[in-house]
Amino acid sequence: MNSLGTIVSVNGPVVKARAMRAFGMREMVRVGELNLWGEIIRMEGDEALIQVFEDTQGLRIGEPVRGTGRPLSVELGPGLVGKIFDGIGRPLDVLLEEEGAMLSRGVQVPMLDRKSLWTFKPSVKKGDAVAGGMVLGKVQETPLLEHRILVPPSVEGEVIYIRQESVVTASDVIAKIKDVYGNIVDVPIVHVWPVRKARPYRERLLPNEPLVTGQRIIDGLFPVARGGVAAIPGGFGTGKTVTQHQLAKWSDAHLVVYIGCGERGNEMTQVLEEFPQLNDPRSGRPLMERTILIANTSNMPVAAREASIYTGITIAEYFRDMGYHVALMADSTSRWAEALREISGRLEEVPAEEGFPAYLPTRLAEFYERAGRVVTLGGDEGSITIIGAVSPPGGDFTEPVTRNTKRFIRCFWALDKSLAGARHFPAINWLESYSEYAKEVEDWFSTQVNPKWGDYRDKVRALLAEDEKIQQVIRLVGEDVLPDEQKLVAFTAFLLKNGYLQQNAFSEDAYSPPEKGFAILEIILHFYEKASELVKRGVPLSLIREGKPVLEIVHVREKSKENIMMEISDLKRELDAFLEKVGSERKATRGRV
Amino acid sequence: MPFWKKLEVKERLREEGSNMPVAEYIGLKAINGPFVLVENVKGAGYGEIVDVVGPNGTARKGRVVVLDERATLIQVFSGTEDLIPENTRVRFLGRELTMTLAPSILGRTFNGLGEPRDGCGPVFGNLVRNVNGSPINPMARVYPRDFIHTGISAIDVLTTLVRGQKLPIFSGNGLPHNRLAVQIATQSRLLGAENFAVVFVGIGIKHDDATFFERSLMEQGRTNNIVTFLNLADDPVIERIAAPRFALTAAEYLAFDLGLHVLVIMTDMTNYCEALRELGVAQGEVPSRKGYPGYMYSDLASLYERAGVLKEGKGSVTQLPILTMPNDDITHPIPDLTGFITEGQIVLSRELDSKGIYPPIDVMVSLSRLMKDAIGKDYTRDDHPNVASQLFASVSRVEEVRALAGVVGTDELSEQDKASLKFGEYFEREFLNQGEDEDRDITKSLDLAWSILSELPREQLTRVTSEELRLHIKKF
Repeated sequence: MNSLGTIVSVNGPVVKARAMRAFGMREMVRVGELNLWGEIIRMEGDEALIQVFEDTQGLRIGEPVRGTGRPLSVELGPGLVGKIFDGIGRPLDVLLEEEGAMLSRGVQVPMLDRKSLWTFKPSVKKGDAVAGGMVLGKVQETPLLEHRILVPPSVEGEVIYIRQESVVTASDVIAKIKDVYGNIVDVPIVHVWPVRKARPYRERLLPNEPLVTGQRIIDGLFPVARGGVAAIPGGFGTGKTVTQHQLAKWSDAHLVVYIGCGERGNEMTQVLEEFPQLNDPRSGRPLMERTILIANTSNMPVAAREASIYTGITIAEYFRDMGYHVALMADSTSRWAEALREISGRLEEVPAEEGFPAYLPTRLAEFYERAGRVVTLGGDEGSITIIGAVSPPGGDFTEPVTRNTKRFIRCFWALDKSLAGARHFPAINWLESYSEYAKEVEDWFSTQVNPKWGDYRDKVRALLAEDEKIQQVIRLVGEDVLPDEQKLVAFTAFLLKNGYLQQNAFSEDAYSPPEKGFAILEIILHFYEKASELVKRGVPLSLIREGKPVLEIVHVREKSKENIMMEISDLKRELDAFLEKVGSERKATRGRV
Repeated sequence: MPFWKKLEVKERLREEGSNMPVAEYIGLKAINGPFVLVENVKGAGYGEIVDVVGPNGTARKGRVVVLDERATLIQVFSGTEDLIPENTRVRFLGRELTMTLAPSILGRTFNGLGEPRDGCGPVFGNLVRNVNGSPINPMARVYPRDFIHTGISAIDVLTTLVRGQKLPIFSGNGLPHNRLAVQIATQSRLLGAENFAVVFVGIGIKHDDATFFERSLMEQGRTNNIVTFLNLADDPVIERIAAPRFALTAAEYLAFDLGLHVLVIMTDMTNYCEALRELGVAQGEVPSRKGYPGYMYSDLASLYERAGVLKEGKGSVTQLPILTMPNDDITHPIPDLTGFITEGQIVLSRELDSKGIYPPIDVMVSLSRLMKDAIGKDYTRDDHPNVASQLFASVSRVEEVRALAGVVGTDELSEQDKASLKFGEYFEREFLNQGEDEDRDITKSLDLAWSILSELPREQLTRVTSEELRLHIKKF
């Protein structure tokens, strides 16, 4: 605890110190008179290299380095939900109160508020045998989330004391457990876990239930499973952050952990202002009651950026262990990889591609593999879904971070600059994107939404792929020379793009339940089928596509959500009547000829 | 409410005036480009400022960039010419790069190191701040929502500027970015108002450009609303790194201490990045793309993130950085990294410029990320969001049709396509194009948008509602 070293050199966020033999690898240290937070990342003889999580300006040679005796850890317990933390887990609201609008350095504040009061309800009684991961008691943390207090993973034995239903604070002990050796272990309501160590679970399950996101192109074409991993790569201005925000808002997860990693400060502010105002579409409660934010904005120190990802995933695992489905958004993993690169460069390691360290793929794999659908130690089912944004330089998907990310994810939502330029949002390219979960979650959609789900998905993808070929021809010779069958494919694709794939994140359409998406698909495919018949019979497409109900298909998604299903079925009736009319008129003209 | 509550004490700042060294060393181990190496330094601080005293006794400023007990690397701001290793003195000043702030900085001109350039003597005041600033706590920010009226149709309607935003102009050599920046600064309907100030920082710019800005800004506004920082093309390269930091420190002071709405024009950020690369390479760092340092993203962010609006405080800092894209390539690391940090970009097009369109804004690649929350009902006009969306969709179609027309010829096009071409012409000539001192009201710009949209057939107007069509276009 009281080990003491001395600074011998400072190079950006990397500090070298001497007399460090008593320190541990990955131990958290306090550096210099400024008491900056740092972590030991390499030991060489008497010297240690420390990555410092705060700006190192002003550190001096000869200043002390003090040990804390523990690795970088987070406090887990009631009081996490609805809060915003920095990369190493300090609550930003407390920092604002104590330090003012600008973040200063070397501040030590507890991650969880010790003054908040919680009502604890025990779930076990004295004499019960318990093991790691079992529920000791409950705290209703927010109306949306019941916080389950678990036996720490490594503890097993007999409950010899359990706190009765009462008001507790984050510093209270709620149980005492006697293990097989007769040792008595105090179980406080808050426990501490090192962020770089994955929390244990009993067994992994196959992800076969979708994470319903309310985004049509995702749920309908490229679904992600609960416990799955997805990446959203895209150049600047393609809407990574808006898509991430959409997912954070509308996904049917019990808890959302949103990591703003090396991104804009205003974006975090936006979440902070917006989420308390927005309601969860299922429960009607404010979204903030199920959200935890980790913010390391682009001007905060890079070493803390590297840590922020681990801080976030550890919190997610803690809630997973309670038997919850957690969704974690990391925006952006490229900034995290760049933080690795910067530290690696300061350590003068031999770089692999584009200056990134050779261990980049390993670190990416370690992170993404902490996702998954599992049976927890307590025997419940829980999951973590990771959705990572990737910011490839110049929008080039062949760069190292995107390429290596693709190796470890199973769902890829490629954002497209030209779609974004045409303000087609979400700008997810339907030809480049893929989801390996589609087949695995098809059963769920077939039983919960409509048995034709998989069938329609295949049809839509085939239509869009055919349209791409036709579009190439159109770009070369124009549309006029095409036969009506092909024009109809192109027109149906137009309806799909404008009426189904596009979704305005800032209107009533922002959340589209699977039933609505399916109904829109149904009407478009129904139109295609009917119109194909007419075209085959020789009805010119120009007559069909100018019909008012046909053009209305594009707008039906914007109808208010209360009676959307009725609007869609009304429209379908009008459409049928119109197509019928066009068909019969045509027959009549023919009859005369 | 003090914004920097405990900060000033913590940073262990000494008074600006005190140039009394805390330690002095004689002799350099090595001189390499802008760097000097001093051996066996005790007690120096990382980032500390030094005076490097050459043979003729004049001091030049430097900064500790690598601190090591064996050899400390110092970056000398004004170059290392004529230093003699044997008798050069290095005085450690025990403080970081700081700036003295007082209301009297308004109207003044400084160099890249924050030293007066106008011959009016030093600034006196009790407030001294580290020019590197501190990150703003996201909880202390207010999400920017106040529409800034620039009077330029393409910007107001399609890439709306918002108070507290950082919106760069991506330009190319020879394009009229300077004129556009001046037009924005003067027409923002803020210049001349009591609580408005412009901070102009020229980074490695030509004498001519500096004169242009100086003259145009002074003609339009009152000179005592402007603070200027100039690092000209023939000034020391290293000062380019410091110049924007001084400027932003001044801007934050004016905004958050004095409550002014500050527009910071930073030009040319390309020179800033080039300087960063030059120093990185000289220091022997592992480069990333195109030789630029791996930390360029974080470094640029440490500048751009200093824009914003705070909960407690009346003012705001809005940034308008200008950068020239090398070879007009938007995927070059400089515009690319900038675009990932800033809240959008205004991109100028050489093609439009050669057609004689001013301002030659390429609306398809331009973007204002904060726009959606600052337009529409209660902000500009109800129909604004849909009109903007429709214009984007229609202009995008124009580009497709033009590509097609290039292959099959205009005659072969369908009626729909011909309508698009005609719309494209109107859009450029009537909507984009405007005079350098033409100040168009937002209502006028929106009406203009409707009048050019009326050239299109009904089927192509899918992004606006039927009611809006009836209301704004007579023929429907």
